[in-house]
Amino acid sequence: MDSKSEYEKKPAQTPVETERMRNRRVYVPKVDIIETGEAMVMFADMPGVDEKSVEVILEKNVLTITGAVEPQALPRRNIAYAEYDVGDYERAFTVSDEIDRERIEAVVKNGVLKIALHKAPQAKVKKIAVRTE
Amino acid sequence: MADPLREMQRVQREMNRIFSGLGQPLTQEVPPVNVWVGESDTVVTAELPGVDPCVVDISVVGDALTISGLREAETLKEGESYHRQERNHGRFSRSLQLPFHVEAGKVEAKYDRGILRITLPRAEADKPRKISVKCE
Repeated sequence: MDSKSEYEKKPAQTPVETERMRNRRVYVPKVDIIETGEAMVMFADMPGVDEKSVEVILEKNVLTITGAVEPQALPRRNIAYAEYDVGDYERAFTVSDEIDRERIEAVVKNGVLKIALHKAPQAKVKKIAVRTE
Repeated sequence: MADPLREMQRVQREMNRIFSGLGQPLTQEVPPVNVWVGESDTVVTAELPGVDPCVVDISVVGDALTISGLREAETLKEGESYHRQERNHGRFSRSLQLPFHVEAGKVEAKYDRGILRITLPRAEADKPRKISVKCE
C-alpha cells in the first residue's frame, strides 16, 4: 500500500489547501502578545532567523510573519540524535483597526522577532474628566 | 475529507513510533538539542531563542554535558496585560551523555540567532589507537 501510494492520485482536501512552492517544513512560531497603553507588542520565537530572512507583511488587516531558515549540515559529522527539525516559520494574525498602520516596528534579536504595533491616536485610552454642575 | 483508511494507517504508524521508544520524546525538554558526531568531536546544537548568552552555563564532566540558564519573562508594567503567552520562560537545565569523553579545556560555545552551538573535542586519551599486528 505504502509503496504504491507514491504513484496513486492523491485526493484533494476540500477546500483545496494552498501549498507553498518551497518544499520545506513550516513551523508555527510561539508568540507572546502584550498590550500596553500605546501599543500591542508581539514576541515570536524563531530560532535561526536574522533580519535578512524574516518578513513582516501587513495586508488589509492580516499581519503575516515569515522566516526562512536554511537546514544545517555539519561537514564530516553525522546527526546522531535529533529533537528538533529545522524549517521555515509562518504565522498570521488579524489586526484590529485600532492599529496605526504607518507605525509598525519590527526588530529581530537572538532568534526572537519583536513587533510593536502602535495604536492609532483615536484608540488610545482617554480619560474624560467629569465635572459637577 | 481525507481517506479514512490512510488516516488509520497514519495513526497506527504514529502509535508504533511513540511506543517503540524511539523518535521524539513525549515531553519536550528545554532546550531541544541535536547531536552531531564526527570522528574527532561532537557538536551539540540547541534552540534557545531570546536568551542572554552571558547567563547560559555549560559544564562538562567526563562524557556528560550540562546546559543550564535562565530565560527571563517580560516584566509587565502597570496597565499592561498578556493577550497570548505561549513562550516558555524560567530556568532550564538539561544533561546529555556524549558518545565519548571530552577534552574539557577545548570546548567551544557560540550563540547566534537564538541557536547555541557547542563543539566538544574528543579527549586524546579516549581516541581509538591503531594497533599493528606483528607478523613473524
